[in-house]
Amino acid sequence: MSTFAAVVLFVGVLVYAVLGGADFGAGFWDLTAGGAEAGRRPRHLVDESLAPVWEANHVWLIFVLVMLWTAFSPAFAAITTTLYVPLGLAALGIVMRGAGFAFRKVMVRTDQQRVTGAAFAASSVVTPFFLGTVAGGIASGRVPTAGHGDGVTSWVNPTSLLGGVLAVLACAFTAAVFLTAEARRRDEPGLETWFRRRALVAAVVTGVVALAGIAVLHADSPRLFDDLLGRGLPLVLLSALCGLASVVLLRRAAPRVLQGLAVTAVAAIIAGWGVAQYPFLLGTHLRITAAAAPTSTLWALTIVAVVALLLVVPSMGLLFVLAQRGRLESH
Amino acid sequence: MPDLLPRAAGELLAAAGDPSQLLPAREQMAFTLGFHIILVPFGVAFTFLMLIANWRGLRHGDQQALVLARRWSQVSAVLFAVGAVSGTVLSFELGLLWPGLMGRFGAAFGIPFAVEGLFFFLEAIFVAIYIYGWDRMRPWPHFWTGVPVPLAGIGGTLSVVAANGWMNQPAGFTLRDGRVVDVRPLGVIFNGAFWYEALHMLLAAYMIAGFTVAGVYAVGLLRRRNDRLHRLGLAIPFTVAAIATPVQIFVGDVAARAVFQNEPAKFAAIEMVPRTSTHVPETLLGVYEHGRVRFGIDLPNGASLLSGFSPGTRIRGLDAIPPELRPPDHLITLVHWCFQIMVGIGFALLALSIWFAVAAWRRRAVPTGRWFLRCTAVSGVAAIAALECGWIVTEVGRQPWTVVGYLLTRDAVTTSGDVWLFFGATLALYVAVGYGTFVALRLLRRRWRAQVEEDGDVPYGPSRAREAAGT
Repeated sequence: MSTFAAVVLFVGVLVYAVLGGADFGAGFWDLTAGGAEAGRRPRHLVDESLAPVWEANHVWLIFVLVMLWTAFSPAFAAITTTLYVPLGLAALGIVMRGAGFAFRKVMVRTDQQRVTGAAFAASSVVTPFFLGTVAGGIASGRVPTAGHGDGVTSWVNPTSLLGGVLAVLACAFTAAVFLTAEARRRDEPGLETWFRRRALVAAVVTGVVALAGIAVLHADSPRLFDDLLGRGLPLVLLSALCGLASVVLLRRAAPRVLQGLAVTAVAAIIAGWGVAQYPFLLGTHLRITAAAAPTSTLWALTIVAVVALLLVVPSMGLLFVLAQRGRLESH
Repeated sequence: MPDLLPRAAGELLAAAGDPSQLLPAREQMAFTLGFHIILVPFGVAFTFLMLIANWRGLRHGDQQALVLARRWSQVSAVLFAVGAVSGTVLSFELGLLWPGLMGRFGAAFGIPFAVEGLFFFLEAIFVAIYIYGWDRMRPWPHFWTGVPVPLAGIGGTLSVVAANGWMNQPAGFTLRDGRVVDVRPLGVIFNGAFWYEALHMLLAAYMIAGFTVAGVYAVGLLRRRNDRLHRLGLAIPFTVAAIATPVQIFVGDVAARAVFQNEPAKFAAIEMVPRTSTHVPETLLGVYEHGRVRFGIDLPNGASLLSGFSPGTRIRGLDAIPPELRPPDHLITLVHWCFQIMVGIGFALLALSIWFAVAAWRRRAVPTGRWFLRCTAVSGVAAIAALECGWIVTEVGRQPWTVVGYLLTRDAVTTSGDVWLFFGATLALYVAVGYGTFVALRLLRRRWRAQVEEDGDVPYGPSRAREAAGT
């Protein structure tokens, strides 16, 4: 029962990493798109494709938090009392991002758009970095069961920093691929090439950092390293293969194929982390079973999850289908 | 981010009394919750007003109503975004500021939030479909995509308030050795405070959205923009608020009596009753000092009559609380004042609603007298003030408990991090966000005003401005 709850929680992490990640990454390209004139078209595409979906994608984070504190409350308290700095900064980043994005849509003057847009774009890069360091802190076992771990070294350490950098890069990669597809759908070949080129660069850089990351993990978190390249190896290989294939195909392939590859690459590496860490919730010291809430709570969560599956998934499907068919363009 | 005090000193302080993080943590929570809660009515109830306008527009071919619906949907988009992210901060804060609560009681306390998450998903999805579906979908299907939004809003409000009710009247769990061992989810959700707290909040949301939106159009009417759009923009939200107000006063009365029954300590603070007795007067205003009420105006037997319909009703006073668990004097005064301000504003809004109803019934038209419009213009702000006061009564009235009878606030608070610094950053950011919201809404208004002059803006048809721009 507790394993099931952990799987549901982790599915939430996965979906947030892919969908929320693509939204964050769009902010990365928004930030790096250049001056007001040069960056007008890519920024417009980012704006149009994000507007209808970002809030729904953002709810996955709340889903993860709620699942964590209800099903595994001691772990939640341990994480928040240890990693309070990156979590607090991520929370502020989330406010700045959402508000900045919503305001920019309304603004007409370039200087106002610049301020609100910068708030949106900069926090889109900063927030996934801090969330990545949180993941690194948890995975490398720096969150003690009783909480109140070191407020600094729990997230300023090689594994956490690797997690933060990889999170930003992975977001940028998926976003570039998604936006390539979006540009193709809107029949804008110039923009499509613009994003294709950037997706390629992001894929290569992510691959290089991931390779270097192997050495970092080996030195800094040997246990995580062993499990990742032990039980998690098939998933790590799958991720690497998809990443490699997307680099090879990025010049020509249909955006849909690329999207599939990018999503699989990101999802597989995160799933690899989950498999490597099982049956522990924190590092290799707090077991899922030890942190779990009473069975009746887990049942209640299961029922909510099933209802969510029946209601939310079709609604979200409807949203994406409408958005894909251009039925939700803003005015 | 080092602690201001070394850990050993912090522990000494904790042993002597409240931990040093308690004050900033409470201030931070109060501020972020107080900010977020103003946005809640706009997600829950404003979207309902928007659908009424949309329905009216489609049913009666009323173009002006459609213009209103569309504008309101754009305002909703901005407010919903800010509400969504400020709500997320609250879920972070539950862990960052109150790990003692989440670590120990998350298994029970979290269940209503899980339900709320479900509703929030639906709200976020359908808000997007509705807002971005204008002009892209056929009118009636488009209208129906908006219907889940206020419904999910109601569901979400009920769930979150269930969690709050649980803190006031915890139920549905068994505690063994300080650990929650057996949880009865329905017992947690449908705790003793659930129904009246939830209904009270829901009605408050409809009053705030109604009075605030009506107030905006009242200002327009006062500035001699006396057209049908403004009269309709006042009539739809005001009607909803005027229906909600008398119901709210009834629910509030029921709630106060339930608090008298179930939360005697909070009731004693609300009524500022120093000693347990019968024939307790209703004290208007006043200050609580060293177990005595000063400067108050007493209405003989008032409190006893209101709580039990008889002057002989016995009310437990603050002396019934063990001294170490008694809230400090200034908090008692605060709760008492906030309660009275809330009730006072409630009755003032009731009077305004009656004024509206009588005038509308006699003249068969929206009242446009200048004094009526002036009162309407400030009614939204008044309703928001009442809401904030109501929450202060609920939250501060519970002190020193976070979970009444189970967990003291000082045991729930975090000991890590410099909360003052986090609070300062939050304050600065929220001021910026508040200002941004103001600028964004003002820009929308300016754009609409220009558009009305240019092309009339027909919601389901292509706008002339857009055609001219070729997009």
